[in-house]
Amino acid sequence: MQDYTFLRELSGSLGTIFLVVSFLGFVLFAFRPGSRRIHEDTAEIPFRHDDKPAPASDVSVAQIEEARK
Amino acid sequence: MLDYVKLPILGLIAVLSAIAANYGLDFAYKVHAILIMLVAGGLFLWELRRTGEPKVPAPEGEYMDGPVKAAAIATVFWGCTGFLVGVFIAFQLAFPVLNFEWAQPYLNFGRLRPLHTSAVIFAFGGNGLIAASFYISQRTSAVRMWGGNLAWFVFWGYQLFIVLAATGYVLGVTQGQEYAEPEWYVDIWLTIVWLAFLAVYLGTLLNRKEPHIYVANWFLLSFIITVAMLHVVNNLSIPVSIYGSRSVQVFSGVQNAMIQWWYGHNAVGFFLTAGFLGMMYYFVPKQANRPVYSYKLSIIHFWALIFLYIWAGPHHLHYTALPDWAGTLGMVFSIVLWMPSWGGMINGLMTLQGAWDKLRTDPILRMMVTSLAFYGMSTFEGPMMSIRAVNSLSHYTDWTIGHVHSGALGWNGMITFGMLYYLFPKLWNRKALYSIRAVSWHFWLATIGIVLYASSMWVTGIMEGLMWREVDAQGFLVNSFADTVEAKLPMYVVRGLGGTMFLAGALVMAWNLWMTVRSGEAVADTNSAVPAE
Repeated sequence: MQDYTFLRELSGSLGTIFLVVSFLGFVLFAFRPGSRRIHEDTAEIPFRHDDKPAPASDVSVAQIEEARK
Repeated sequence: MLDYVKLPILGLIAVLSAIAANYGLDFAYKVHAILIMLVAGGLFLWELRRTGEPKVPAPEGEYMDGPVKAAAIATVFWGCTGFLVGVFIAFQLAFPVLNFEWAQPYLNFGRLRPLHTSAVIFAFGGNGLIAASFYISQRTSAVRMWGGNLAWFVFWGYQLFIVLAATGYVLGVTQGQEYAEPEWYVDIWLTIVWLAFLAVYLGTLLNRKEPHIYVANWFLLSFIITVAMLHVVNNLSIPVSIYGSRSVQVFSGVQNAMIQWWYGHNAVGFFLTAGFLGMMYYFVPKQANRPVYSYKLSIIHFWALIFLYIWAGPHHLHYTALPDWAGTLGMVFSIVLWMPSWGGMINGLMTLQGAWDKLRTDPILRMMVTSLAFYGMSTFEGPMMSIRAVNSLSHYTDWTIGHVHSGALGWNGMITFGMLYYLFPKLWNRKALYSIRAVSWHFWLATIGIVLYASSMWVTGIMEGLMWREVDAQGFLVNSFADTVEAKLPMYVVRGLGGTMFLAGALVMAWNLWMTVRSGEAVADTNSAVPAE
């Protein structure tokens, strides 16, 4: 019963707070300044490299870094 | 070098399973031991014949599409099989004479029902998800799949799991946990295969050339990880004997019931929802040729779904020994789930913004949009049914069956068909599908079939729920159980017809895909050619 009582108390207090705060943190993080450009670029991923993998010398990463500047 | 490790292991498995077949305590266990012995022995011979042959290095400049093709074919095959079994058991319920006397007990409803559910969820849905995971993770990471032939191990290992589970059901092996019926040795095998699946998937993501992980991969990864966790916890059991198929669950009573429905509902949440949402977030933008409507919304959709779904299980246990507070918790979380579900549906539908005209000409896109509409409908219906007052009417009735099928046939089925129509020409380098008209036929057969299925189950479910609770002026029950069974016959026939139409649509698809590969107009191999951008 000791274990049950402890876990029951934990889940009803700190556990709930931890989950709610981390969820809100994830959502707020998605709205951080400058996220729009990253998200627009990420949303385009399915339209790149459709037919074969990126070459060893990575073109797309370089292009993205350039676009960010 | 690895060959010299594989050979003794395969030989050992073959010998051990021969011993197990000899000492086996029950018939099903013996059949399975012989099956494993034949598979291991066959693999031993196959390995032996190619040991020492020069290894062909994996072409790094190409995607590994072999396992994707195999899983796509398996999806079509198991889909048609599972739908056929479903149609048969639907008519068994309408006409009990179909529980043939000569096939007792092997082909009666009680044994074919888990065969149907596992065939459609795990064989059809599972292979579709394996195909989607392998295809999407490579394309969105811009690297070849990690792990070489480990992906083939995942594919064939999963097929062996399906065969062991299916033959077990017919022979009467079950541990009584719904949707987790296979016994302990099949569970252990699936755990091994699933961890290999996780390794292949994570390895591919870790090797990625794109700086970010595309959202479809988040959903697919959460599906793989959560299913591993659910599977292990719900299958904690102790075998009665190492030579027998029986085992005893570690948990008992209401704890076991709660863990079973924590598993069961999250099989819906993470297998049939998160996994297929991964499919949706890749193939809907591809087919519409537009990026997803709002990437931010997809992130919120993901985290909200992950945080909420895991708590919804107790709504399966209203009015049982489960404490009320647990039922209320499950009910509240189920209702809150309405928001991320509809957010995701809107995100998928709005991806077509500015391209709605494509619906007129592209039946594949129409299928995907219909699947999203069914996703929205069943994620509205589900939270409603989880409310305790509604549940007191709907629970144990056919309403539940109708709800499950509008989700499974409408959402999971339609999005998988859309994916298959996209994948087959792409994987086999065909210019287009063999027949677009046949896709339209499939679309209408499937849609009308689902409508017949769902509406007949609404009618019969609510009817039997009302009949069960009807009392006369003295407070006595008006109807006996058999009265409800008799009253349901017409609706059961309509349900069977709806299922037949859905099956017919799937057969049209199988023919269309076969003809696409066999006689479609070929285009140059794109996998190793210069990208078209």
